[in-house]
Amino acid sequence: MRPESVSPTPHEPVPHDETVPHTHPEPGVDPHAPLPSTVRPLRVGIGGPVGSGKTALVAALCRAFADELRLGVVTNDIYTTEDADFLRRAGVLDPARIRAVETGCCPHTAIRDDIGANLDAIDELVDGVGPLDLVLVESGGDNLTATFSRGLVDRQIFVVDVAGGDKVPRKGGPGVTAADLLVINKTDLAPMVRADLSVMDRDARARRGDLPTVFLSIVVDPLASAVADWVRHELAHHRGRLAVG
Amino acid sequence: MTPSSMVLLLADGRFPAGAHAHSGGLEAAVAAGLVTDPATLGEFLRGRLATGGLVAAAFAVAAHRAAGVVDRRSTLARLDAELDARTAAPALRAVSRRQGRALLRAGRELWPTGGFEALPAGPPGPHQPLVLGLVAAAADLDPVAVATIAAYGSMTGPASAAVRLLGLDPYRVHAVLAALAADCDATAARAVATAADPPERLPAPAAPLTDIHAEVHTTWEVRLFAS
Repeated sequence: MRPESVSPTPHEPVPHDETVPHTHPEPGVDPHAPLPSTVRPLRVGIGGPVGSGKTALVAALCRAFADELRLGVVTNDIYTTEDADFLRRAGVLDPARIRAVETGCCPHTAIRDDIGANLDAIDELVDGVGPLDLVLVESGGDNLTATFSRGLVDRQIFVVDVAGGDKVPRKGGPGVTAADLLVINKTDLAPMVRADLSVMDRDARARRGDLPTVFLSIVVDPLASAVADWVRHELAHHRGRLAVG
Repeated sequence: MTPSSMVLLLADGRFPAGAHAHSGGLEAAVAAGLVTDPATLGEFLRGRLATGGLVAAAFAVAAHRAAGVVDRRSTLARLDAELDARTAAPALRAVSRRQGRALLRAGRELWPTGGFEALPAGPPGPHQPLVLGLVAAAADLDPVAVATIAAYGSMTGPASAAVRLLGLDPYRVHAVLAALAADCDATAARAVATAADPPERLPAPAAPLTDIHAEVHTTWEVRLFAS
């Protein structure tokens, strides 16, 4: 199966909206009030194993949204500020819109169990550059058990790559099974690593039910169009939810 | 101090107040070859209790006491300035304020009417022991409990980091902590004994080498902990 033939399903209803209890992270903001001029940004977490292409995806989304959205990025690194430095050097986003959180040996703790440093970083972004439409929170490279707290992000993307083996979707874990979007990255490498994309597609569907999966090669699509379209859809949904209450 | 679940809640390393990202100076001490095994870890922790642990406990108790006075805003501002004066390394001042912000965020979520607006405002945030004092007041804990949580926290962060950085046997590390329990309680008792002193008279022991290490640590290109 060719990568392009696997169609993402970004416009299907996302069933967990109504079923997952949603704690509003800003208790001071009345969700039933009229839409304020500065709506809280949509927060999207991007997680996945080491080397699966999270930072490259963030860079691609920065390019895609450059002239479209007020964007901020928070990176979580195990070691120092490597990913933030990469993004700054790549020149895809004003450095003032990038914040790095140091996670102290424990990248999943900073995005799941103890989210204060990331919430601080988002506050600092808004304080520094003004209102934002979208904040991308990139996790440090972790393993298949990594998942974002709903107190930190509204939606999460889990990135795996074909070079990690076509068995990864079958192995499951909360990222693969429950992320709002699963990205199977580096499809251009599939022939070289003998990964069968149809197996990955079948296993992802089996694991994820109706939740969407997209296949991606940033070499072929430097703007990560399918992911960007999904984010646009989620952003519209987020604004609609805040407006309706 | 009556044993209480609230004390355990606030002393728990899983309490979401940002502690997991910090080694309390242990990472730098390991790099300097000062901590290599459970015995040297025990000495490091004893030193930490006697310096930063005592100061943190004393200021947490003082802030806890300040929560109940009329001019608490000005008392907390004085405590904040005095704690700055006792924290020579700019890196450690920043860490204390960052951890203060993290604990404040948790405190406000758990006790929305906790009176935290009396803390010094401003972007760097208040020092962590001051926030701990107010959190403990909001949680209705007594001074011994506050001091014990502060002193205990000064040991458990580095101890947990030692397991991760050196691969020490976790049973032996916890045996070290158990052996220091009496020292920890004694540190808390000393802190409580100073509670009625004016801010400038509160304990001020320091460890210059730790301060120097903390400054150098911020310049490392690769580190596993933020401090």
